[in-house]
Amino acid sequence: MAALVEFRNVAYRVGDRDILRGIDLSIEQNETVVLLGRSGSGKTTLLRMVNRLLEPSAGEVLFAGRRIADQDRFRLRRRIGYVIQEGGLFPHATVAQNIGLVPKLEGWAEERIRTRVAELLDAVGLQPHVYAARYPRQLSGGEKQRVGIARALAADPPLLLLDEPFAALDPVTRFEMQQHFARLSRAFGKTALFVTHDIREALMLGTRIALLKDGRLELVARADEFPGATSQEALAFLATVTQSVTSNHDA
Amino acid sequence: MLFNEIVRLSAEHLWLVAIAVVAATAIAAPSAVFLTRHARARRWTLGAVNIVQTIPSLALFGFLLPLPFIGGVGKQTAVLALILYALLPILRNTVVGITGVDSMVRESAVAMGMTDGQILRDVELPLALPTILAGVRIATVTTIGTATIAAAIGGGGLGTFVFRGIAMADTKMILAGAVPAAIMAITADEVLEWVERRFSY
Ligand SMILES: Nc1ncnc2c1ncn2[C@@H]1O[C@H](COP(=O)(O)OP(=O)(O)OP(=O)(O)O)[C@@H](O)[C@H]1O
Ligand SMILES: [Mg+2]
Repeated sequence: MAALVEFRNVAYRVGDRDILRGIDLSIEQNETVVLLGRSGSGKTTLLRMVNRLLEPSAGEVLFAGRRIADQDRFRLRRRIGYVIQEGGLFPHATVAQNIGLVPKLEGWAEERIRTRVAELLDAVGLQPHVYAARYPRQLSGGEKQRVGIARALAADPPLLLLDEPFAALDPVTRFEMQQHFARLSRAFGKTALFVTHDIREALMLGTRIALLKDGRLELVARADEFPGATSQEALAFLATVTQSVTSNHDA
Repeated sequence: MLFNEIVRLSAEHLWLVAIAVVAATAIAAPSAVFLTRHARARRWTLGAVNIVQTIPSLALFGFLLPLPFIGGVGKQTAVLALILYALLPILRNTVVGITGVDSMVRESAVAMGMTDGQILRDVELPLALPTILAGVRIATVTTIGTATIAAAIGGGGLGTFVFRGIAMADTKMILAGAVPAAIMAITADEVLEWVERRFSY
């Protein structure tokens, strides 16, 4: 199967500082690749190169087999769902308007947008008649995040980019959202690039895990094989999981 | 008799202010949008407009008098000076309103494939509108006050009473100009604040 996204020897430099170097990575159809790494390792920077929020200093990124540098950036972005913390919702627009934004940009008919919005609200577990007319300030953090995901899914994009979407949520809500996301991405058959620094989340949601360290890919492994990884950074991440289990036993 | 003149000069005053504020908005708001896209031009322009603001109004009127075409004693010189004063609050508030849009909101707008024009029209301007309107309100209230001085160079309006009162050492005459101007300023402030709230989200 052809890769949906492909990074070829990608680098990103600011001044004389290398933020990313020699990144080779591909994302296959229907898989979720998790970008795992410490704070400052370059995860967000790499993610933002896929929808051309940033341009690589060297190398190239391909989407659906074509160099993104040759594609119209606005059309490209409308085909890629993007989810950030708290959703980045428009505060002056209702939930329905927020979700219907990309379909509207794409020129869908009002009626079709309305149907789609209701369908998506249902899919993310929010009752349309309760939430459609609300403004973001009338939502909890978890509800905002659900709306953010619904918005990213609105025009049925072949790819989702998610940057620590659940980081600001309480542990219980986060867990629910993670499970919900896993179900959704299976149901919608989505391909996703998911950024996190949470190893549990990576293991739970990833088909494969790409581990970033200081702007380099240290390891790319299937999620079920990741716990057996022996690289130094992988061990450091894995230790945080076993460590917390041990301390539970001590208590 | 005096009452009729108060009404006439109030109307003239209001007209002067309205022209100045509308013109200043028409100039400042689009310029501010341009400035939000050009950081260097923004520093220079805001600096220059700031300097104009610090010139005492009477002195500014004095500077404009000898200018050909636009200068000279009369309404157009007065209006020009009032426009220059009204520019800054509107310019500054529009810039602040737009640059103050949450960076996450802007980022998601870009990431969803909105063009710069769409972001301006559908995201930045609606979100900045209350701040822009606050600028217009400040400009209006200030202009109502400054316009009284415009009478010194033939601008007419309520300042006519004030200057006549000063010349004749007639306190009542001064009040006949000052009180309506104050009422006008307070009313404008209230009304525009109400408009501002209506456009907050
Ligand atoms: N425009 C920029 N100018 C200078 N340095 C930058 C710029 N953008 C990012 N960096 C640096 O690049 C590195 C990677 O940043 P990035 O945001 O990609 O990290 P991250 O892995 O997403 O971290 P976090 O988990 O904290 O979000 C950081 O050290 C950051 O300071
Ligand atoms: Mg990040």
